[in-house]
Amino acid sequence: MLDTVTIVGASLAGFWAAETLRRDGFAGPIALIGEEPHAPYDRPPLSKKYLAGELDDDRLDLVPANQLDDLDLDLRLGCRATGLEVASRTLEVDGIAEPFDGLVLATGARCRTLPDTAGMDGVYTLRTRDDAAAIRDALAAGTRRLTVVGAGFIGAEVASTAIQRGVEVTMVEALDTPFGRALGTEMGAVVADVHRSHGVELRTGTGVDRVLGGDRVTGVRLTDGSTLDTDLLVVGIGVVPATDWMEGSGLILNDGVVCDATCLATDRVVAAGDVARWPNPRYEGLMRVEHWDNAVQQGVHAARRLLQTEQEATPFAPVPWFWSDQYDRKVQLAGRTHPDDDVQVAVGSTVEHRFAAFYGREGRFTAVLGMNRPRYVMQAKALLEQDASWDEAQALAADWN
Amino acid sequence: MRVIVDFDLCESNAVCMQIAPDIFEVRDDDFLYILEENPREDHRSTLQEAVQRCPKQAISLED
Ligand SMILES: Cc1cc2nc3c(=O)[nH]c(=O)nc-3n(C[C@H](O)[C@H](O)[C@H](O)COP(=O)(O)OP(=O)(O)OC[C@H]3O[C@@H](n4cnc5c(N)ncnc54)[C@H](O)[C@@H]3O)c2cc1C
Ligand code: SF4
Repeated sequence: MLDTVTIVGASLAGFWAAETLRRDGFAGPIALIGEEPHAPYDRPPLSKKYLAGELDDDRLDLVPANQLDDLDLDLRLGCRATGLEVASRTLEVDGIAEPFDGLVLATGARCRTLPDTAGMDGVYTLRTRDDAAAIRDALAAGTRRLTVVGAGFIGAEVASTAIQRGVEVTMVEALDTPFGRALGTEMGAVVADVHRSHGVELRTGTGVDRVLGGDRVTGVRLTDGSTLDTDLLVVGIGVVPATDWMEGSGLILNDGVVCDATCLATDRVVAAGDVARWPNPRYEGLMRVEHWDNAVQQGVHAARRLLQTEQEATPFAPVPWFWSDQYDRKVQLAGRTHPDDDVQVAVGSTVEHRFAAFYGREGRFTAVLGMNRPRYVMQAKALLEQDASWDEAQALAADWN
Repeated sequence: MRVIVDFDLCESNAVCMQIAPDIFEVRDDDFLYILEENPREDHRSTLQEAVQRCPKQAISLED
């Protein structure tokens, strides 16, 4: 049995790990260590209502303060884990070594940045509440032109929020189709169309050559030779798992902390959320997921794993899914897409921006994408969880029509 | 046990419906309907899962 548990990363996965340990009856000390000064809060609103100035700080909290108190945690906020050695079971926090018994790694991910922009005013990435507050304030302070680099979901949400505040928005995407990586060419184009119809200028197939300006950003030069004037630049070019502090720990790091199918990284050490990479038995190879629901589910699963014996342990085998809110559209994707999947609209119309589409390959049903069709997405997700065939998906679509 | 949804928070993403289809339904109008406001006790653990997985923390249970 474990005597104590230390959780590094006081956010979504870390919080749910702590909650689960208590719910399952673990009565020993639990330390929840987080670099940010804030109690665990929720990130999705940061690019949505919070950015629009429609949500107060306290509405971001994952749980009310009294519920957090009830868990009886040793909450160490503003503390950064700086080193780890699993052989000697030693964690280093702000440079000071301490022993650990059970350990949950839940440090999430950090944003990629553009070169030579460190310290430049008006250039932001969006990951934390402080990032969001800074962008929100810049928008409120009279930003006229925003450039979003990278047509990913967070960038798309920032674009959508900003344009509704009367800001001119340009999105720059190196690939030919925005959102193509996640949605494929055909459906990526549908989401791109939603943005265009709201007035966003999309520049695809061109990257950023250089960010212009001295102390403050004034524009960006693109690789196609053109220049965009801008007074705010939001960089959304993806994230990297926050494993820097685990270098030399003895754990396998390869685009995340590599775990077994049960979320175990090594004896009494588990990982969960954006930082974890594991062989989801549902799919081939290793998987790392950067979605809200995965962080919750994996936090729960990993915490249970710590309390289980090897015989009791079960693999973590979810169908991943996420949502994204852009304008008045709710985009939801469940499953795993591949660039060469067949895509078929199962219900509704892409032109009306209200539909559900199925992805399939080799006779299997692989994913469902919905735009303002939550009920259908969730029904299809249930089918994906049964590893359904393409024919079974067709039968569901026939039911809907 | 009573199921309460804060409709100011709910964004009709139908997560709860997948977990407890007997209790929650998002209809074609994209609104969430509670099918059974006072469910039997044997629904408790499923409903607790819905409380936990609702991305908006819009669901609560009252005894
Ligand atoms: C703006 C935004 C919008 C999003 N919107 C959606 C959405 O609509 N739908 C969706 O499905 N997903 C969305 N996501 C993704 C979702 O929020 C993440 O998948 C989720 O937050 C991952 O949780 P996590 O606990 O693994 O990591 P994180 O939430 O990243 O938390 C990790 C924590 O660990 C801390 N930390 C890092 N290193 C250390 C260290 N060395 N020592 C101590 N602490 C450390 C960090 O400061 C952070 O607080 C969004 C994310 C962002 C940023
Ligand atoms: S899961 Fe929550 S937000 Fe989604 S429909 Fe149910 S109550 Fe509403």
